[in-house]
Amino acid sequence: MKVTFKVFRFDPIKDEKHHYDTFVVETKLNERILDCLNKIRSKQDSSVSFRMGCSYGICGSDALTINGVPSLACQKLVKDYNYTSEIIIEPLKFYSVIKDLIVDLDPFFKRLEKLKTDEKRKPINKLEKRENIQSIEDLKQFEDAIKCILCGSCVAACPITLEVEPEFIGPAALLRAYRYIFDSRIKNINEKMLLLEKAHGIWSCKSHYKCTLVCPKQIKVTKTILKTKRKIREDLHPKT
Amino acid sequence: MIYTYDVVVIGGGIAGLITALKASEKCSVSVVSKIHVTRSHSVAAQGGIAASLGNEEEDRWEWHMFDTVKGGDYLSDQNAAEILAKEAPGCVSMLEHLGVPFSRNSNGKIQQRRFGGHTQNFGKVPVKRACYAADRTGRTIMDTLYDECLMRKIPLHNEVFINNLLFSENQCCGVVGYDIRDCTPIVFHAKTVVLATGGAGRIFKTTSNGYSSTGDGFGLTLNSGLVLQDMEFIQFHPTGIFGLGILVSEAARAEGGILRNNKNERFMMKYAPSLKELAPRDIIARAILTEINEGRGINGEKYVFLDLRSIGKETLLEKIPEVISFIQTYLGISANEAPVPVAPTCHYFMGGIPTNTKGQVLVDKNHTIARGLYAVGECACVSVHGANRLGCNSLIDLVVFGLRTGKSASRYSIKHNRVSLPVETEKISENKIAFLLEKKGNSSVYNIRENLQNLMTEKCNVFRDGQNLSLALDKICELKKKYSDLVLNDNGTHFNYELQEAFELGNMLKTAESILYSAFKRKESRGAHFRTDFPEREDTKWLKHTLVASNLQGLKVTYFPVKISRFQPLKRKY
Repeated sequence: MKVTFKVFRFDPIKDEKHHYDTFVVETKLNERILDCLNKIRSKQDSSVSFRMGCSYGICGSDALTINGVPSLACQKLVKDYNYTSEIIIEPLKFYSVIKDLIVDLDPFFKRLEKLKTDEKRKPINKLEKRENIQSIEDLKQFEDAIKCILCGSCVAACPITLEVEPEFIGPAALLRAYRYIFDSRIKNINEKMLLLEKAHGIWSCKSHYKCTLVCPKQIKVTKTILKTKRKIREDLHPKT
Repeated sequence: MIYTYDVVVIGGGIAGLITALKASEKCSVSVVSKIHVTRSHSVAAQGGIAASLGNEEEDRWEWHMFDTVKGGDYLSDQNAAEILAKEAPGCVSMLEHLGVPFSRNSNGKIQQRRFGGHTQNFGKVPVKRACYAADRTGRTIMDTLYDECLMRKIPLHNEVFINNLLFSENQCCGVVGYDIRDCTPIVFHAKTVVLATGGAGRIFKTTSNGYSSTGDGFGLTLNSGLVLQDMEFIQFHPTGIFGLGILVSEAARAEGGILRNNKNERFMMKYAPSLKELAPRDIIARAILTEINEGRGINGEKYVFLDLRSIGKETLLEKIPEVISFIQTYLGISANEAPVPVAPTCHYFMGGIPTNTKGQVLVDKNHTIARGLYAVGECACVSVHGANRLGCNSLIDLVVFGLRTGKSASRYSIKHNRVSLPVETEKISENKIAFLLEKKGNSSVYNIRENLQNLMTEKCNVFRDGQNLSLALDKICELKKKYSDLVLNDNGTHFNYELQEAFELGNMLKTAESILYSAFKRKESRGAHFRTDFPEREDTKWLKHTLVASNLQGLKVTYFPVKISRFQPLKRKY
């Protein structure tokens, strides 16, 4: 079967403004969108640029806007879309476009760094002592957050980053913070929670739930942010 | 652009990050990766990391060492296997203290499960030795190490492709490459260079490996006139999703998954009566293909069934949630209700850049050291996995030998003065890029790559023979000729992936050729290398490591003995 793809194009050397190219791809219902994009590259136009990695949704390389929704190209199949009309492939929103479907993810990774506290690090050595003890229940407290693959989809879907406050730290970094705050093995979490309260921090989140909707790993991102907010209120601002 | 560090690590997977973290305690270090480091293929490791913690049942490092050596069909260097098994528990403990969210048992200790070839009491019964975080073990270790790198402020150079190793005054003093974003040449001037570039699964049509596994470290090494070791030993994981090659973790079998042919027979009973589905991977991959070749594939097709239905939905979702989810996504199958079509998929390279147990690269059979050059992880060959790696032994290899490599590389860097770079090093990448962009040949990258992948899959798969290997070697020469007649359709400088793929293809061709030649020369069957024309293991002639070199005069192999200490080779039965 033939499916038409409308692909966002922008070459910083040649183009002042982006445009769209249309490609008709011979494909199957069960093929990944990523497979289709690779067919475009290998058979029609090798200059179409996009990132890819593991090809099955664990490395987080190929988050794109597909028919308006942030999605992993390797996790979506042709049959997931109305393939009788055009499937529109665009770069993730919010980030600046470097070339075609490739965006500058530095702002994304920089946000993760922002929430790092200056703790003294443990030496990198094999240890004589045994592991920490952690109960199954304690692990469950933050287990949802360890599914994150840092694909950047949530930030690209967040109405706050997109429309209100581009400096907002964003869902992915908040999720990462949650992962540590709710890990029973970690002791000095107050410092981390104080960082979250800074400008453009956790209180900028207004629970639009868009991050949860688009997360390709089905993480309940908004719920984790709400839990963190509650903990900050209880631990840092207890009612007397 | 020239950056100066003490240690430069090429590749940001688990091996690279552990090495960098360790080295950063004593000197300046940076990680260079052709992708964002968090996308490295280590994230795809699912099932677990092996260590004889004994959290579930009695276990000893001696048993782990024995299993590793036997699993490797006695080609493992036993000094290295001993280090791996002895240091594994301390390394897992370190990972846990760094924050890796391991799954827990009811005592709150790290939970462990069975895995192929891991046994109690020198092969008696399966043992629970695999520590894991559901089926996201690699991903969670990577995330923990990545956060650790951020906290230690280790500079990460993402999306930089390396073209050449640099040598002067008889030692490695850096690397040269270019920024994939805009083709700017970049030189890293270092006291020591560590290669942590992973495997080359992409030279096969069907692989569990990501797009980045193109054997760049193998290419860099061969192009520098250095040798590779035991390249004929390639692991085909028995259970890739049919057609796609995506990995269904061995954990699926550890939790109770059963392999069945078209007669609904549990055929592993025939091939490994004792360990059955938990036999080592080389044995199961051959068993599956034997079933298929003898007409017992499902519906006459080239796959068998992996039946997970008896495990129960709850356990499946708790123990292997990722696997269950992508079986649903790609096959539209609920693994709880229907069996999963699987076939072997290229998974792992036991061979690689020869090193000693400190990660120092060796240049010949006399163990002469390449000064300033180190290798670690899948691209290296210590040799701990011998002729066939056991599941969960790769992650522990990365950590145990990553620590050792980080330590020795930083020591070397502290003790030695920096040697100056060769002249005009930036020009090396600049010229290579310009040459390819301006070249007006007739062959396309994609055409050659597809031919290479088909060739390797047809001629150098689980079963091999001299005639086909020899044909494949001729064919590779043709592909190399075509490669010298390349033309790129994209001549841009920003994220020109066709250009990068052209460089990668060069590495893939070099890697493939070294594999074919090593496989052609080894006239016996051992571990993952099975020759239908020489079906027996022959210790009197072949209990030795291969070294392969590739230069203008062609390919050349030499051999050197295996280090044997505790365990004399026995017939390998499971």
